[in-house]
Amino acid sequence: MKRTVPLAIAAVTGFVLIVSYFIPYMQSWGEEAMIWFDILAAVAFVLGGGNLLKTHLQKISNRRAGWGFSIVTISAFLITLYIGFSKMGVNPAENFPEFSWSGDYLAESGGFGWIFHHIYLPLAATMFSLLAFYIASAAFRAFRAKNTEAMILLGTAFIVLFGRTHAGIYVSQPVVDWLTAISGAEAGSLAGLRLDRITSTITSIFIVAGNRAITIGIALGIVSLSLKVLLGVDRSYLGSEE
Amino acid sequence: MTDRVSWRVPLLAITIALTALAPQPARAEADPDAKAAQQTTAPQPPADVTAIDRPDDAGDGIIVKWTLSKDDVKEVAEGETRKVVRYEILRKVVKGAEGDERAEEEDKFTLAGEATFQKDSFVDPQCDRTKSYLYQVVAVEHADSKSTPAQTAAPITPILQYWDTRRTWFLVILVLICGAVILFIQLAKSGVKLKVRKIAGLEAVEEAVGRATEMGRSCLFIPGILDINDMQTVAGITVLSRVAALAAEYDAKLEVPTSRSLVMTVARETVQAAFLGAGRPDAYNEDNIYYLTDEQFGYVAGVTGTMVRDKPAACFYMGAFFAESLILAETGNSIGAIQIAGTAMPSQLPFFVAACDYTLIGEEFFAASAYLSGEAHQLASLKGQDVGKVIGGVLIVVGCLVASAASLLGGDDTLAHSIVSFLTDNVLGDKGFLP
Repeated sequence: MKRTVPLAIAAVTGFVLIVSYFIPYMQSWGEEAMIWFDILAAVAFVLGGGNLLKTHLQKISNRRAGWGFSIVTISAFLITLYIGFSKMGVNPAENFPEFSWSGDYLAESGGFGWIFHHIYLPLAATMFSLLAFYIASAAFRAFRAKNTEAMILLGTAFIVLFGRTHAGIYVSQPVVDWLTAISGAEAGSLAGLRLDRITSTITSIFIVAGNRAITIGIALGIVSLSLKVLLGVDRSYLGSEE
Repeated sequence: MTDRVSWRVPLLAITIALTALAPQPARAEADPDAKAAQQTTAPQPPADVTAIDRPDDAGDGIIVKWTLSKDDVKEVAEGETRKVVRYEILRKVVKGAEGDERAEEEDKFTLAGEATFQKDSFVDPQCDRTKSYLYQVVAVEHADSKSTPAQTAAPITPILQYWDTRRTWFLVILVLICGAVILFIQLAKSGVKLKVRKIAGLEAVEEAVGRATEMGRSCLFIPGILDINDMQTVAGITVLSRVAALAAEYDAKLEVPTSRSLVMTVARETVQAAFLGAGRPDAYNEDNIYYLTDEQFGYVAGVTGTMVRDKPAACFYMGAFFAESLILAETGNSIGAIQIAGTAMPSQLPFFVAACDYTLIGEEFFAASAYLSGEAHQLASLKGQDVGKVIGGVLIVVGCLVASAASLLGGDDTLAHSIVSFLTDNVLGDKGFLP
């Protein structure tokens, strides 16, 4: 029962979504099915919040490694929750000036908006900025010319990186001019050998071809897995009957 | 005295004459000729307004078309302004034809939408198929300068279509692929043996869990940052069930931080079932599967913090990832963990390839659950995917050959050109995969 009911819900919802894609009359059914998911996700958020408190309180209680961060997490969670729910600092809406709670809780003038703009966004940007350093360290490892494939990768990366800069054009143009002169070719006929042009060819032909091959594989994988889930062939995500 | 009168008389005469010749604005405004002159400055109205039912919809759309106003020119001379800036499309609900019980007109014309200059059609997406509508189109220069309205000749009622014909080819190919998957599953159930190639990344899962056990450290499983309604997360969870079964078997600690509450709930059920299936229900600890935050970089901060503090020996990244992929994988690399990633986000694959020991690329990720289960009927579904690849491959080869032939032969009326048009417009284009 514990697996059958969720399986039935998943199968019915899945087939409704598929059919609604082909039958215009049922389009609204598909949209409603997705609204039901949103409702479920919203309810589950309470579970998430409860779990967050439980996990970090346990961590503090047991003095596990990094328990100090748990204090920061819980404090930040509760303070943000309070400021958000109480709409602290939010101006009343124009239509209902007599009700102090009528303003939008996301308003920049409010405490919640302030936290978002002045604490959350800078912190998120800081985490994001780490990516630049990690790209450098990952590229350093990936581009070590250990074998033929790695050398091809290194060469391609060099062309693409260099071809996207002004230096790429500046350096390769004299080479192209020289080649044109010694080969007696028509002026401009060898322009395709300029680094920026080679970069364009690599990104618009080779990369697109590879990307599409991966995308087709992904699409087929999704079809196959979806079918297995809808038909109940793969039930590993449903948990046990007990 | 006489002298004084003599110069005052001509002065008076000049004053009277000037007063008579002066412009009289109030009278000019009231003048009907002047009013007509002002009206001629309004834009010319559009012509031939027609309305048709929008095809392939649920009877909620009408397409209104018109011929552009004569004043709606493509290019405006320098220094001049556009005579027609936009078109206003007005709508009136009409209950039905005369003699019908719904003959009476219901309401006035109201604004249904606007179209910019040089546009000669508009889709009204908010119609009711039980009602009929009349449309008017007005060319507008500004709020005080509008053309006379041009109207549709007869009311139109939107029609419900029972089938979206644009998606027929999509359905044909979908049925072929799904049919192949089901066929191979049935063949496997009936005992036919099917060969599936080895996937290095999945072969390494057992090795990774075993290594973590030997080192006395944990395994970290990250199911992506999207919710359970995303197929990649479902695929990640199915892999989690196999990893959890191995962890239960080897008695390794498995930690699963999630960024969605629902994913946490599903992951708990899945891991519990896996531990139960492995005969180790006592080893299951639900606290090891916990929710961090929905926020992308908050989640990254939490997970990388756990990595640096706990130093897991094996990290699995299975699901949908975005910019956080490299931050997670590089942190895992820095602590010396064996890392296996799988995602269907093509833009993140290079990062995982660079930073992880094994990467499941695209379809391999979706094949992981079937592969790790080792069940014949699950593995058979992979064969069904191969049929899809054959269809795709044939279409690509035929398309390339025919397109090359069409290009070499030239002209628009060759057979090759017709085949290319059919493939691009119907099978792959507006009436196929990209409606």
